[in-house]
Amino acid sequence: MSSIQTPAHLEVKNLTVVYPDNVRPALEDVSFSVNQGTRLALVGPNGAGKSTLFKALVGLMPPERGEILVHGQTAGVHKECIAYVPQREEVDWRFPVTVSDVVMMGRYGTLGWFKRPGQRDREIVMRSLEQLHIADLAASPIGDLSGGQQQRVFLARALAQEPHILLMDEPFTGVDVTTQEATLNLLDQLQAQGVTLIVSTHDLNLAAARFDQALLLNHRVIAYGVPAQVFTTENLLHAYGAQAMFIEGKMILDECCPPDEHHAVGESPSLELLEQ
Amino acid sequence: MQRGMAASVMVGILCAVVGCFVVLRGMAYLGDAMSHAILPGIAIAYILKGDILLGALVAAILVALGIGFLTKRGAIKEDTAIGILFAATLSLGVALISTIKTYALDLTHILFGNVLGVGETDLILIAVLGIIVLATIVLLYKELLVVSFDPVLASTIRLPTEFLKNLLLVLMALVVVVSLQTVGVGLVAAMLVTPAATAYLVTRRLPSMMVMSALLGALASVMGLYLSYYFNIASGAAVVLTATVFFILVYLLAPQRGLLWSALRRERRMRADSKTAPIAHT
Repeated sequence: MSSIQTPAHLEVKNLTVVYPDNVRPALEDVSFSVNQGTRLALVGPNGAGKSTLFKALVGLMPPERGEILVHGQTAGVHKECIAYVPQREEVDWRFPVTVSDVVMMGRYGTLGWFKRPGQRDREIVMRSLEQLHIADLAASPIGDLSGGQQQRVFLARALAQEPHILLMDEPFTGVDVTTQEATLNLLDQLQAQGVTLIVSTHDLNLAAARFDQALLLNHRVIAYGVPAQVFTTENLLHAYGAQAMFIEGKMILDECCPPDEHHAVGESPSLELLEQ
Repeated sequence: MQRGMAASVMVGILCAVVGCFVVLRGMAYLGDAMSHAILPGIAIAYILKGDILLGALVAAILVALGIGFLTKRGAIKEDTAIGILFAATLSLGVALISTIKTYALDLTHILFGNVLGVGETDLILIAVLGIIVLATIVLLYKELLVVSFDPVLASTIRLPTEFLKNLLLVLMALVVVVSLQTVGVGLVAAMLVTPAATAYLVTRRLPSMMVMSALLGALASVMGLYLSYYFNIASGAAVVLTATVFFILVYLLAPQRGLLWSALRRERRMRADSKTAPIAHT
């Protein structure tokens, strides 16, 4: 892992992202900076722009306004800094590639044009596969894998990238507790190596318990800081609006029925019971 | 005949290798449209006394970009855009060529190939363009793979996605133009699709798919040429029919993915299930 000198690892300045058919910007004037090695939870209601923020960070959505700086330079100058694990991969599962082929793709950013993967790349790929406990599937075509295994392949690919910043879009949604703990263990390991982690999640309790910082988003930054300061009643009401209810002194967030968003359909309705 | 054979084999290999991307990216219809778009390109080049192959190349690329442009605004789907340009260019080409009544430009030869007419310079041109196409694919293999398989990763590692997609279109156009003499414009789309589709059924990784596809393309070209010679049929048609027969055989007999195999496996499973059926206790 190369040494990282600049204190602020990732800087987002006045980021505004607009989808072509929408009147309201998906993200409006979003600014924050994340220090190296921080574990940041990205939270907000459905349609708040969490996935859009990730897409902007990896260059999938061009910003209308604002800039994104990594190590003080415009994002994209260094090709291998950011790795992204979307919630659902939209690839052709019958494409003729094996698990190790897919994970090796994570090395392409570092390799650059015209270079072939070498011994070191193969070792990194193997190590990533072992970390995700799918080393025995290395030669399997990805179409033969189960859903859970497929997710792990793409996570292994992100690890093989040896990124400075890892973005994960809702890795805890719809997974069992064992997988959740395994993922959290992995995040622990990565954080120990100095990787900055930005993970979006619906689970506010998890965000409060297992993350250093939280960014509460609803098209705009509602709050940013340590979870205790971010998850105040006022902030949550501000972010979740009509979806926040009070029952017997406890706040409940109803995340059913999201507003229109350019999201893949399938967010399951969930009720968050917050410990206050 | 020997030059024709060499040209056919080279073309067969080229179409097959580029065809892997065509099949995997679902560009078969686009390949077809490109090949038919060549017709007016040739006609116009001939009328303007320019280089025919250059005219063909320009026309193929223009149509590919045109389809991209029509689709990007979102007013019509790609399928529709191709359908429109396909028919328009073919009609324009036939119209123009039918007004140029000369032996130098025979519509049948353009559409279905004229293997016996392959000259020394033609062969050299095919070889040179072929090497350029293959070298490009080999050098940029990683990047083309990522752009084809996972556009999200392509963006994340900052690959020039638009450039690579257009490059693929240019490679397709080159291959289509190069195939003009051996297979002909009418059937080159089949050579882009059939050997690659056959290879897809029996390989699990892209590199082996490309190698297998190239072998099938070469073999179909050789066998097809012999068939066309002995049965006096258009070379392009014979090569394509041979490639199609390969496809049918593999589709039926391939281990794991073939029709016969799946049927046998289902039978075996049903028989096994009936043997272990639970015995009712009364």
